[in-house]
Amino acid sequence: MYNMTLPWWGWAMMLVGLAAFIGMLIISIRRNHGVKRSLFASPYILWMILFTVVPVILIAYYAFTDANGVFTLNNFRNFWDSNYESNKVIMEAMGELGAAYISRGTVNVDTLVYSLWMAFKCTVICLLLGYPAALFMADRNMKLGSTLVVLFIIPMWMNFLLRTIAWMSLLEDNGLINNFLRWLGFEGVQLMYNSEAVLLGMIYNFLPFMVFPIYTVINKMDYRLSEAAADLGCNSWKTLYKVVMPLSVPGVISGITMVFMPSVTTFFIPRMLGGGNTMMFGDLIESKFLVEGNWNVGSALSLIMMVLILISLSILRKADPNGEGGGIA
Amino acid sequence: MIEQEHLIDLKNISKDFDGTTVLKNINLYVRKKEFVTLLGPSGCGKTTTLRIIGGFEYPSEGTVYFEGKDITNLPPYKRRVNTVFQKYALFPHLNVRDNIAFGLKIAKVPRDEINKRVDRMLDLVNLSGYGKRKVDQLSGGQQQRIAIARALVNEPEVLLLDEPLGALDLKLRKEMQLELKSMQQRLGITFIYVTHDQEEALTMSDTVVVMRDGHILQIGDPKRIYDEPANAFVADFIGESNIMRGIMVRDELVHFSGYDFPCVDSGFGEGVPVDVVVRPEDIMLVGEDIGQISGVVKSVLFKGVHYEMMIDVGETTLKVHSTVMQPQGSRVGINIVPYNIHIMKPMVKEASANV
Repeated sequence: MYNMTLPWWGWAMMLVGLAAFIGMLIISIRRNHGVKRSLFASPYILWMILFTVVPVILIAYYAFTDANGVFTLNNFRNFWDSNYESNKVIMEAMGELGAAYISRGTVNVDTLVYSLWMAFKCTVICLLLGYPAALFMADRNMKLGSTLVVLFIIPMWMNFLLRTIAWMSLLEDNGLINNFLRWLGFEGVQLMYNSEAVLLGMIYNFLPFMVFPIYTVINKMDYRLSEAAADLGCNSWKTLYKVVMPLSVPGVISGITMVFMPSVTTFFIPRMLGGGNTMMFGDLIESKFLVEGNWNVGSALSLIMMVLILISLSILRKADPNGEGGGIA
Repeated sequence: MIEQEHLIDLKNISKDFDGTTVLKNINLYVRKKEFVTLLGPSGCGKTTTLRIIGGFEYPSEGTVYFEGKDITNLPPYKRRVNTVFQKYALFPHLNVRDNIAFGLKIAKVPRDEINKRVDRMLDLVNLSGYGKRKVDQLSGGQQQRIAIARALVNEPEVLLLDEPLGALDLKLRKEMQLELKSMQQRLGITFIYVTHDQEEALTMSDTVVVMRDGHILQIGDPKRIYDEPANAFVADFIGESNIMRGIMVRDELVHFSGYDFPCVDSGFGEGVPVDVVVRPEDIMLVGEDIGQISGVVKSVLFKGVHYEMMIDVGETTLKVHSTVMQPQGSRVGINIVPYNIHIMKPMVKEASANV
């Protein structure tokens, strides 16, 4: 394994992290149900420690060290300026004159901004498509409602890689759509290997995560509230706008969270449908680990991603303080 | 065709839900400023009738008239009717004031006017000062009054109330019954009220409509419904009663419990089987030898105002309410005054089997 010889402070960090986790655990046991009941949680807690707490600490450790395990902030400098290392060499060799030959490598920041922008577009489109769908499915007078729910769930039973590859066979130059167009006598069109195809793949994969939280909230809403609105003079549009929409905010927030988070960290979809022309932050992190073998920079990027997600979660949490959407936010 | 004084007219209303008939050919009219109660056990169709008037359900057959105009297919928001829902259905995302103002804001009433009317309503339901509270911070009784205020502030022609007191405890119920009744009289609004509580119906209504299995069994003022029940079911449902099979010996003489009782009913024919209803408070307990019939006290229950005694008279057991207790096991005589014996035609088929 890559550089598993931790220095003493690496181990110390690990111990402090574990101690803090176990401490919080003990406090929660004291406050809530006593030891007996929390005993049932021990397998889960063990799992958490092994596969969540320890990896997070390891990522933090790698992010703040160089290849030799010495403390450094260079990984984060590398995020801001991917040419950081080479620029430093140039400046050291050429002194003042070197300034003309260096430039900031913006690939990491650009990729992050691009990912955020793509995730934003994906979330907005999912919301615009998903909200009416959820409304439709939760309609009491719609006998097809539950059938629709099942139809929405079935694609989710398939692996997400498979679903993405299925899109490829549709969009390819020799795919179903292009073949159909040619059969009709049209020219084939370039559908794949651009950011629209990536966006399409993302929307297709993440739409259910928008629909279901909203559907759940609307479905368990007291239908008498809509009747009360109608009784007080609202037509269907006003009922939607004045009653249903305000009350479905928790579901919307949950949906936004559940679409935005995986969207930002999307990988694989850009590689398959974008054909390497577009790269998202998830692919960047993956390539740092698996292609460049640079665990330190990869960890730093992951850490930045985690912090961004935490910030956006805490913002969303403000809008749904009771967690009524049943989501992660 | 439609009489002018009728505010609402239901003509030949039937309603099916997925092949199940819940209303069968209902005919009913409601006059202006009347307090009408739809009374019946659960599943009798009373709530469906109310929802048809409110516009939340459309009848499968028949016509709904409002002031003589056909409103059968008019959506709820176009009807001059407001509803107090069973579980209030207050908007949880709005505070008390905004809940009450909801209808006025939709109707685009000017802001000053809205404030004035909402304040007046808060006063009326004794909740001034609660305007800024969240709805879920209120007790059941307070939520109830908000629901009433939210409906009344729109000054509807008709207020529909769907078991509005169902969730309240007994004492609060009684208070709200009186409050609702006085509110109705003060404001001069027509109330259509749904309940399964016969006492509530008798206390508040001008007219009681007794329903069962999608049929209307009897329409009348509370006293008439109580004193002259149309059949054994109504008698049983409205108040407590002894219901017995009897034979009409001739006019003004009926045979039941092994004795020919003089009564005031006539016109049934001779030797015809009938249902006989006697209210428990109408049975007089007298000395063993001077009663029309006699029996043994089987059990005694103290009910507060009166004692409830079950008296075995051989053929049947009679329920008797009396303020004077007769000890268990003692023999008593029983007298029933002729006009307290109610005679009715036996109910048809399944109906009579259940009572």
